[in-house]
Amino acid sequence: MIRLQTEPLDVGALTAAFCAGRSETGAVATFIGLARAEGGATKVLELEAYSGFTEKRIAEMVEEARTRFGLHDVSVVHRIGPVAPGEAVVFVATAAAHRREALEACDHLMDYLKSRAPFWKKEHGPDGERWIEPTGKDLADAKRWDQ
Amino acid sequence: MRVLLFGRLGDVAGWRERVLATPPVDLSALRDSLAGDDPALGEALTGPGVQVAVDQELTRGERMLAGVAEVAFLPPMSGG
Repeated sequence: MIRLQTEPLDVGALTAAFCAGRSETGAVATFIGLARAEGGATKVLELEAYSGFTEKRIAEMVEEARTRFGLHDVSVVHRIGPVAPGEAVVFVATAAAHRREALEACDHLMDYLKSRAPFWKKEHGPDGERWIEPTGKDLADAKRWDQ
Repeated sequence: MRVLLFGRLGDVAGWRERVLATPPVDLSALRDSLAGDDPALGEALTGPGVQVAVDQELTRGERMLAGVAEVAFLPPMSGG
């Protein structure tokens, strides 16, 4: 499942739904990314997506991970619109027969999402607002999977 | 034809979506027309890392716009 939503993420319900009804999956790995306050510098994080286009790019990343790690299933749920510090921005879940594939696929997907997913993020803080671009570390993290 | 602006491009222009009754002949003509209305936007559209999607497919170089429903200008993406 790939979904963008403005409503808060219910990560408990998402995890329970993702785990339900599996008899051959031995491992589910989840990652939940939270918005940081950056020591008070960020009051609100605002995320913009390109409806249709963004989901399609994420679907391509999911398909690549599914093939590479032999996954049974993947879920990516991403917030758009304003997100307050402490709230979940992204939920990623991967299901595989064994834990290594599930954990690595989850890590891989997050690195790709952080560096390549079509989102535009703006930080609103006490000193105004600024658009965020991927950091050198985000790009280096994604490159780890290029071999 | 719909023109969509994302990220800082929308802030520069003060709009994020606009419908053109008569589509320009190609991407250059579209950029020229937008720059004619708003030179700051025109400059931002040619800035580093700005990509163009035509009907939701990334496009490089020139492109005729006959029959196209949507052109989006995408500044460098922030990632998720």
